[in-house]
Amino acid sequence: MGKTFAEKVLGKAAGEPVSAGQVVIVEPHFCMSHDNAAPIWGTFEKIGVKKVWKPDHLVFILDHAIPAPTDKHAENHMKIRQVVKEQGIRYFYDVTSKGGVCHQIMCEEGFALPGLIVVGSDSHTCTYGAFGTFSTGIGRSEMAATWATGQIWFRVPESMKITVTGKFKKGVSAKDLILKIAGDIKADGADYMSIEFHGPAIEEMSLSERMTLCNMGIEVGAKNAVCPPDQKVLDFIKPIAKTDQWEAIWADDDAVYAKELHYDLGDLVPAVAKPHTVDNYAPIDEVKGTPIHQAFLGSCTNARIEDLRLAAGILKGKEVAVRTIVLPASWTVYRQALEEGLIEVFLDAGCVIVNPGCGPCMGNHEGILAPGETCISTANRNFKGRMGNKDSFIYLASPMTVAASALKGEISDPREVL
Amino acid sequence: MKVTGKVWKYGDDINTDVIFPGKYTYTVSDRNEMGKYALEDLDPEFTKNAQPGDIIVGGKNWGCGSSREQAVTCIKMRGIGAIIAKGFARIYYRNALNEGLPIVVSPEAVDALEKGDEVTVDFDKSEIVTPKGTFKFPPYPDFVKGLIEDGGLIPHVKKSLGL
Repeated sequence: MGKTFAEKVLGKAAGEPVSAGQVVIVEPHFCMSHDNAAPIWGTFEKIGVKKVWKPDHLVFILDHAIPAPTDKHAENHMKIRQVVKEQGIRYFYDVTSKGGVCHQIMCEEGFALPGLIVVGSDSHTCTYGAFGTFSTGIGRSEMAATWATGQIWFRVPESMKITVTGKFKKGVSAKDLILKIAGDIKADGADYMSIEFHGPAIEEMSLSERMTLCNMGIEVGAKNAVCPPDQKVLDFIKPIAKTDQWEAIWADDDAVYAKELHYDLGDLVPAVAKPHTVDNYAPIDEVKGTPIHQAFLGSCTNARIEDLRLAAGILKGKEVAVRTIVLPASWTVYRQALEEGLIEVFLDAGCVIVNPGCGPCMGNHEGILAPGETCISTANRNFKGRMGNKDSFIYLASPMTVAASALKGEISDPREVL
Repeated sequence: MKVTGKVWKYGDDINTDVIFPGKYTYTVSDRNEMGKYALEDLDPEFTKNAQPGDIIVGGKNWGCGSSREQAVTCIKMRGIGAIIAKGFARIYYRNALNEGLPIVVSPEAVDALEKGDEVTVDFDKSEIVTPKGTFKFPPYPDFVKGLIEDGGLIPHVKKSLGL
């Protein structure tokens, strides 16, 4: 009987063959923390250990509220810089033009590598599955304990196999696929499970599209989500890998799955997740014409160069009808968008460009909504209050749908402007 | 261990953003203060009136969404005795055990309980006593028992490191 991806990676790390349901204790290859590195440090100090177990296994990336919007945030950042210095943390991405949204940086900078186990004190850590990494989010106490001991327990998860075939039709993208999956299996559809994406359509997808899929694995409750570490992944990671410990590991053909699903991309249409849950799926026809007050193109889900190109393609030479916030996922993406003339397209269209970070996506700053306002967003969550006010409304959609909607000031079908 | 309290009942898929809004994640850092904001975007009545010892009852997938541990801490610091749910999202489940907040999975008890009911959770007997009957719940898996007995992850790690 074959093994799933999760069984193989966790078994390798545990040093013995394991099956779903077993509990293993493993040493993670990287531990990512963002602005919460400061409170985690506070908890770490309570344990009474003086030094983190291996400073080179820790990665700190400031992104949640940068540059600091309040003095409290500034103090928090100051604490992190102090810890970096005291503990000799080599991998630190401060508020500079080398930084960006933590998950984007982890992937761009060669921390997300096939066969590694990466934990992050952020739920969207599952994004790195796009590179064949076993990556998952953990809480603050658990991160503090891992810094101290270098160990973390996992129950080896059951796995869900999602096979994807076919080709996207015009105006449809990876975001529409993952919104459809969330709508079908619901917010708890993959609770505790490892999602494996298989099939020719996944192989054809760019790494950016695969990141969009894996990023939202947590929105259906998954422990991790992963795509095959194929040649595309290897070509990307080889020149940038931060360690040579990686290994391209993939599920056996005869692995046993708790659930199997199949999607044909040709069946998909542009879609949204309506307020206030990610699984509140609606095809675009159902919500077309809904007035909006803000459009947001950003986040770890959909703010890479590929996403910005798609949006710019729709906005070029036109003007937005509502305030539109563009937030490239990293400064590398920002720079490339600048070089390709995309930033100019956005500025000409009337968009506001903000610095890479998480601000608007989680209600910190740079795009908070007023009561009664509606935003269409490329992010991953539309929970009540997510963008800072509990009486506002968020629709999640693809970069193309967000761009098309920004032009009209109402939710719009991107196929009509392409 | 046994806790008795009044029920606050909620539905399925209650996410961590409505339990502890993101806008407070870096502006409220005092653990005691976090309790003041518990469930602010879900139920302002709870935020105002919840009493120490009260018990939260939720549907499936309680605590989905963000990994923010404050969504557990705020409930613990509010003095809530336990959360009974049909199921918990995985990061929330771990965070609750790590913080030493008692959580119990019992779909039957959830269906039987109404807002305002008095309920007792008996951890030694693994049962929930409600006005509509008594329900057994599965004990914690062995590997987390040590964690619970030590009062959460940080004391557990301290102990295991001999500190």
